[in-house]
Amino acid sequence: MDTVTTLPVMMPAAAEIFLTVVGMVLLMAGVFRGEKMLKPLAWATVAAFILAAGLVIMYGGTGAAFFGLFVTEAFAQFAKILILLGSGFAILLSLGYLKSEKAGRFEYPVLILFATVGMMLMVSANDLMALYMGLEMQSLALYVIAAIRRDTLRSTEAGLKYFVLGALSSGMLLYGCSLIYGFTGTTSFEVLAQVFAADSTPSTGLIVGLVFLITGLAFKVSAVPFHMWTPDVYEGAPTPVTALFAVAPKVAALALFVRVMSEPFGDLLASWQQILVFLSIASMVFGALAAMVQTNIKRLMAYSSIGHMGYALVGLAAGNEAGITGVMIYLATYIFMNIGAFACILAMRRDGRLVEELSDLTGLSKTHPMMALALMIFMFSMAGIPPLAGFFGKWYVFLAAVEAGLFGLAVIGVLASVVGAFYYLRIVKLMYFDDAENPLDSKVAGDLRLILYGSAAVTLLFFLVISPIYDSARAAAASLIGA
Amino acid sequence: MTELLSEYLPILIFLIIAVGLALVMVAASFVVGHQRPDSEKLSAYECGFEAFDDSRRQFDVRFYLVAILFIIFDLEVAFLFPWAVSLGDIGLFGFWSMMVFLGVLTIGFIYEWKKGALEWE
Repeated sequence: MDTVTTLPVMMPAAAEIFLTVVGMVLLMAGVFRGEKMLKPLAWATVAAFILAAGLVIMYGGTGAAFFGLFVTEAFAQFAKILILLGSGFAILLSLGYLKSEKAGRFEYPVLILFATVGMMLMVSANDLMALYMGLEMQSLALYVIAAIRRDTLRSTEAGLKYFVLGALSSGMLLYGCSLIYGFTGTTSFEVLAQVFAADSTPSTGLIVGLVFLITGLAFKVSAVPFHMWTPDVYEGAPTPVTALFAVAPKVAALALFVRVMSEPFGDLLASWQQILVFLSIASMVFGALAAMVQTNIKRLMAYSSIGHMGYALVGLAAGNEAGITGVMIYLATYIFMNIGAFACILAMRRDGRLVEELSDLTGLSKTHPMMALALMIFMFSMAGIPPLAGFFGKWYVFLAAVEAGLFGLAVIGVLASVVGAFYYLRIVKLMYFDDAENPLDSKVAGDLRLILYGSAAVTLLFFLVISPIYDSARAAAASLIGA
Repeated sequence: MTELLSEYLPILIFLIIAVGLALVMVAASFVVGHQRPDSEKLSAYECGFEAFDDSRRQFDVRFYLVAILFIIFDLEVAFLFPWAVSLGDIGLFGFWSMMVFLGVLTIGFIYEWKKGALEWE
């Protein structure tokens, strides 16, 4: 065995290392100073995210670190910025909630920070082992965050359910990894890619491993038929936690999915394309149909996110550069719509208490005209109505599917989005055409309002920035496929 | 492919010996030993739980906490042994990897201590 005397290259992972160190410092600060540190720690975490985004931009260009276990390129940069945005906004959304519900624990921002490091490692994983490390680091922190209100039954139930099903999916993923390793003799993405480039007729055992790997990843992005945990966890977890779950982990898991499918298994497109076509059709159709009968807005958002993951998987199923570009644009639009929609849900209070039934939204346009307008923008955008942000995401993934010759998938996707428009428009109808019997509290916290109007403005005016976003998404896709 | 598998041959031999040895010991105690069971001998030893009981019974969650905290430091030692043996080969990188690992564990240890997880009452 060769003696390793030099330290490995670490600069490409500067942002992750920085966040880990900050996380440990904040944990110590919290445990020594007590619960009154919650607010300073939350702001420190947001500041750390901003600095980490700077490090991602500065050092996250093309490079590999830790003996090739960790890679970064434009694709990873794009996804990491989205993850940091999502996590940062989720913390900002939580501040008011934690204060009013007296559920503040100083571990909350620290756990989000560690989960975010896990997500960033997932995006940059270049080895099956590194993939699993990142995934578990993310998941373990998220299980605890889901159950952060351990004195309420629903929060603990959500945490436990998430944990049990997450452990099951990790098991399947690991089983897939072990089969892939057994049949190829390597866990490195680069060597796997070389193996499949030389011989693209995989053995049956390898296909079984690949299917298990896809199953594990599909669990994490909550694609049908591996979506069962999503509605229950979304409903049970505290609302700002649900906002986090709906955004950052989805971006990370989908980016990881894209990397795994297109880098090591890119030459096996014929083997996995049909699986992804099925996953995406099932998610789009089931998400649209199941969301119609929901009365709880958090459950509705869960089914909506299942549907959105289906649309994003259309781009991945296309398996070309245009498809990955579409996925990245879809994710960029998705986080703003969701952060905004969850800011609305957090603003739904009656007599100082949070309410989350759809019927509580009736007549919102009369009592809260600006909030109703913002929510309407998010709903139209999620339904994919031009010129709002959500339209562009759908447009680019369907375009890629058509380019790849998957006409059936594109047609079903468009039909599903028409069906899905029904439940988004139903919310608009409740707000604008029904009369309120029981109006919500008129006072909406200032920080919530700021996030709400900010993301509404981004969603509304997305068409102004679509060309730079498209360019960077295309550069991201090219950096992945071209590599 | 076969080259890869032959690397695992020592592990297979190890497994066979381990399973064989365990079977021999259990079987020998049945065959050679005197068996005179009574209710005291068959009851659970000291603080243990009944071996055949309803698995949904309540038990103090602190047992679980102690077990988890124990596992972490148990694993730490399990990592320290191979690290200490191979320190000459893994050089500076190996040394600092373990130092970082121990540092992270220490942070966790300070956290659980300050949180009072080590106190039974």
